Amino acid sequence: MAQNQSEIRYLTPPSVEIKKKKYCRFKKNKIKYIDYKDPEFLKKFLNEQGKILPRRITGTSLKYQRKISVAIKRARHIALLPYVTDMLK
Amino acid sequence: MLNNYETVFITNPVLSAPQMKEAVDKFKSIITGGKGEVVHEEDWGLRKLAYPIQKKSTGFYYLLEYKVEGELINKIETEFRRDERVMRFLSVKLGKYAFAYAEKKRSLKKQKQEEK
Repeated sequence: MAQNQSEIRYLTPPSVEIKKKKYCRFKKNKIKYIDYKDPEFLKKFLNEQGKILPRRITGTSLKYQRKISVAIKRARHIALLPYVTDMLK
Repeated sequence: MLNNYETVFITNPVLSAPQMKEAVDKFKSIITGGKGEVVHEEDWGLRKLAYPIQKKSTGFYYLLEYKVEGELINKIETEFRRDERVMRFLSVKLGKYAFAYAEKKRSLKKQKQEEK
Protein backbone atom coordinates (compact mmCIF):
# COMPACT_ATOMS: atom_id res chain seq x y z
CA MET A 1 0.00 0.00 0.00
CA ALA A 2 2.65 2.44 -0.99
CA GLN A 3 0.23 4.91 -2.49
CA ASN A 4 -1.63 5.30 0.79
CA GLN A 5 1.38 6.71 2.54
CA SER A 6 0.86 10.13 1.09
CA GLU A 7 -2.70 10.11 2.33
CA ILE A 8 -1.87 9.89 5.99
CA ARG A 9 -3.76 12.59 7.78
CA TYR A 10 -2.94 13.91 11.16
CA LEU A 11 -5.54 15.17 13.58
CA THR A 12 -3.33 18.12 14.30
CA PRO A 13 -1.03 18.99 11.46
CA PRO A 14 2.60 18.56 12.46
CA SER A 15 4.10 21.93 13.06
CA VAL A 16 7.19 22.34 11.00
CA GLU A 17 9.13 25.15 12.53
CA ILE A 18 10.63 27.46 10.04
CA LYS A 19 13.91 28.57 11.46
CA LYS A 20 14.16 32.29 11.61
CA LYS A 21 17.65 33.51 11.11
CA LYS A 22 18.89 35.30 14.21
CA TYR A 23 20.48 38.64 13.76
CA CYS A 24 22.32 41.13 15.85
CA ARG A 25 19.94 43.96 16.61
CA PHE A 26 22.76 46.40 17.21
CA LYS A 27 24.30 45.82 13.83
CA LYS A 28 20.93 45.95 12.14
CA ASN A 29 19.81 49.16 13.79
CA LYS A 30 23.29 50.67 13.84
CA ILE A 31 23.32 51.22 17.58
CA LYS A 32 26.81 52.18 18.63
CA TYR A 33 26.43 52.80 22.32
CA ILE A 34 24.47 50.82 24.88
CA ASP A 35 23.19 53.00 27.67
CA TYR A 36 23.48 51.56 31.16
CA LYS A 37 20.93 54.09 32.42
CA ASP A 38 18.06 52.46 30.56
CA PRO A 39 17.03 49.39 32.57
CA GLU A 40 13.94 48.67 30.46
CA PHE A 41 16.07 48.12 27.39
CA LEU A 42 18.64 46.02 29.21
CA LYS A 43 15.90 43.76 30.55
CA LYS A 44 15.58 42.28 27.08
CA PHE A 45 18.92 40.59 27.68
CA LEU A 46 18.10 39.12 31.07
CA ASN A 47 16.22 36.01 32.09
CA GLU A 48 13.73 35.84 34.94
CA GLN A 49 16.42 35.49 37.56
CA GLY A 50 18.19 38.57 36.30
CA LYS A 51 20.98 36.61 34.63
CA ILE A 52 22.48 37.74 31.35
CA LEU A 53 21.19 35.69 28.43
CA PRO A 54 23.75 33.94 26.26
CA ARG A 55 24.50 35.05 22.74
CA ARG A 56 23.09 31.88 21.22
CA ILE A 57 19.62 32.91 22.39
CA THR A 58 19.64 36.61 21.69
CA GLY A 59 21.70 36.41 18.52
CA THR A 60 23.84 39.38 19.45
CA SER A 61 27.28 39.62 17.93
CA LEU A 62 30.26 39.15 20.22
CA LYS A 63 31.30 42.77 20.06
CA TYR A 64 27.96 43.99 21.36
CA GLN A 65 27.48 41.13 23.79
CA ARG A 66 30.56 42.40 25.61
CA LYS A 67 29.15 45.90 25.67
CA ILE A 68 25.80 44.64 26.93
CA SER A 69 27.43 42.75 29.76
CA VAL A 70 29.34 45.86 30.81
CA ALA A 71 26.20 47.98 30.63
CA ILE A 72 24.20 45.48 32.69
CA LYS A 73 26.90 45.29 35.32
CA ARG A 74 26.99 49.06 35.58
CA ALA A 75 23.22 49.20 35.89
CA ARG A 76 23.39 46.63 38.67
CA HIS A 77 25.93 48.68 40.56
CA ILE A 78 23.69 51.74 40.68
CA ALA A 79 20.67 49.59 41.63
CA LEU A 80 18.76 50.03 38.40
CA LEU A 81 18.85 46.26 37.91
CA PRO A 82 18.95 43.56 40.58
CA TYR A 83 21.87 41.20 41.04
CA VAL A 84 19.62 38.29 41.99
CA THR A 85 15.86 38.09 41.84
CA ASP A 86 12.86 35.98 40.92
CA MET A 87 10.15 36.83 38.42
CA LEU A 88 11.80 39.82 36.84
CA LYS A 89 9.31 39.76 33.97
CA MET B 1 43.47 67.49 28.09
CA LEU B 2 39.83 67.71 28.98
CA ASN B 3 37.83 64.52 28.98
CA ASN B 4 34.13 63.93 29.18
CA TYR B 5 32.82 62.08 32.18
CA GLU B 6 29.51 61.35 33.72
CA THR B 7 28.61 60.40 37.25
CA VAL B 8 25.39 58.93 38.54
CA PHE B 9 25.05 59.07 42.29
CA ILE B 10 22.39 57.98 44.74
CA THR B 11 21.87 59.96 47.91
CA ASN B 12 20.13 59.10 51.11
CA PRO B 13 16.31 59.27 50.81
CA VAL B 14 15.93 60.97 54.20
CA LEU B 15 17.53 64.18 52.89
CA SER B 16 15.30 67.20 52.46
CA ALA B 17 15.19 69.11 49.17
CA PRO B 18 17.56 71.91 50.29
CA GLN B 19 20.01 69.35 51.71
CA MET B 20 19.96 67.52 48.41
CA LYS B 21 20.59 70.74 46.52
CA GLU B 22 23.48 71.53 48.82
CA ALA B 23 25.09 68.16 48.08
CA VAL B 24 24.71 68.65 44.35
CA ASP B 25 26.12 72.17 44.55
CA LYS B 26 29.09 70.87 46.50
CA PHE B 27 30.05 68.42 43.76
CA LYS B 28 29.44 70.98 41.07
CA SER B 29 31.71 73.44 42.81
CA ILE B 30 34.44 70.79 43.03
CA ILE B 31 34.20 70.29 39.28
CA THR B 32 34.18 73.99 38.41
CA GLY B 33 36.86 74.64 41.02
CA GLY B 34 39.19 72.25 39.20
CA LYS B 35 38.87 74.19 35.94
CA GLY B 36 36.17 71.81 34.82
CA GLU B 37 32.82 72.50 33.31
CA VAL B 38 29.43 70.97 34.06
CA VAL B 39 27.91 70.15 30.68
CA HIS B 40 24.64 68.68 31.76
CA GLU B 41 22.75 67.68 34.86
CA GLU B 42 19.67 65.61 35.39
CA ASP B 43 17.57 65.06 38.46
CA TRP B 44 15.84 61.70 38.36
CA GLY B 45 14.18 62.28 41.72
CA LEU B 46 13.27 59.63 44.25
CA ARG B 47 13.45 56.16 42.75
CA LYS B 48 12.99 52.68 44.03
CA LEU B 49 16.21 50.70 44.21
CA ALA B 50 16.41 47.25 42.66
CA TYR B 51 17.89 45.95 45.91
CA PRO B 52 18.36 47.60 49.31
CA ILE B 53 21.51 49.67 49.89
CA GLN B 54 22.36 50.50 53.51
CA LYS B 55 18.99 49.05 54.45
CA LYS B 56 17.16 51.63 52.36
CA SER B 57 14.91 50.73 49.47
CA THR B 58 14.70 54.16 47.81
CA GLY B 59 17.13 56.90 46.92
CA PHE B 60 17.53 60.21 45.11
CA TYR B 61 19.27 59.75 41.76
CA TYR B 62 21.27 62.52 40.19
CA LEU B 63 23.26 62.59 36.97
CA LEU B 64 26.15 64.97 36.27
CA GLU B 65 27.91 65.25 32.95
CA TYR B 66 31.11 67.22 32.94
CA LYS B 67 34.41 68.01 31.32
CA VAL B 68 37.49 67.89 33.50
CA GLU B 69 41.17 67.15 33.48
CA GLY B 70 41.74 63.40 33.83
CA GLU B 71 43.76 63.78 37.03
CA LEU B 72 40.93 65.48 38.84
CA ILE B 73 38.74 62.39 38.70
CA ASN B 74 40.56 60.81 41.63
CA LYS B 75 39.85 63.85 43.73
CA ILE B 76 36.19 63.93 42.73
CA GLU B 77 35.78 60.24 43.50
CA THR B 78 37.32 60.54 46.95
CA GLU B 79 34.87 63.35 47.66
CA PHE B 80 32.01 61.07 46.66
CA ARG B 81 33.37 58.32 48.86
CA ARG B 82 33.79 60.59 51.86
CA ASP B 83 30.36 62.16 51.65
CA GLU B 84 27.97 60.34 53.94
CA ARG B 85 24.93 61.53 52.06
CA VAL B 86 25.98 59.58 48.98
CA MET B 87 25.03 55.92 49.17
CA ARG B 88 26.37 54.83 45.80
CA PHE B 89 28.01 56.45 42.79
CA LEU B 90 29.33 55.48 39.39
CA SER B 91 31.67 57.55 37.24
CA VAL B 92 32.12 56.68 33.61
CA LYS B 93 34.36 58.21 30.99
CA LEU B 94 32.41 58.95 27.84
CA GLY B 95 33.91 57.63 24.64
CA LYS B 96 33.08 59.14 21.28
CA TYR B 97 29.97 57.00 20.74
CA ALA B 98 28.79 57.52 24.29
CA PHE B 99 29.28 61.26 23.91
CA ALA B 100 27.34 61.31 20.64
CA TYR B 101 24.58 59.33 22.29
CA ALA B 102 24.39 61.70 25.26
CA GLU B 103 24.28 64.71 22.97
CA LYS B 104 21.56 63.21 20.81
CA LYS B 105 19.48 62.37 23.85
CA ARG B 106 19.84 65.92 25.10
CA SER B 107 18.79 67.50 21.82
CA LEU B 108 15.78 65.18 21.60
CA LYS B 109 14.73 66.27 25.05
CA LYS B 110 15.09 69.90 24.09
CA GLN B 111 12.90 69.37 21.06
CA LYS B 112 10.22 67.77 23.17
CA GLN B 113 10.25 70.65 25.59
CA GLU B 114 9.92 73.14 22.79
CA GLU B 115 6.94 71.30 21.41
CA LYS B 116 5.12 71.53 24.69
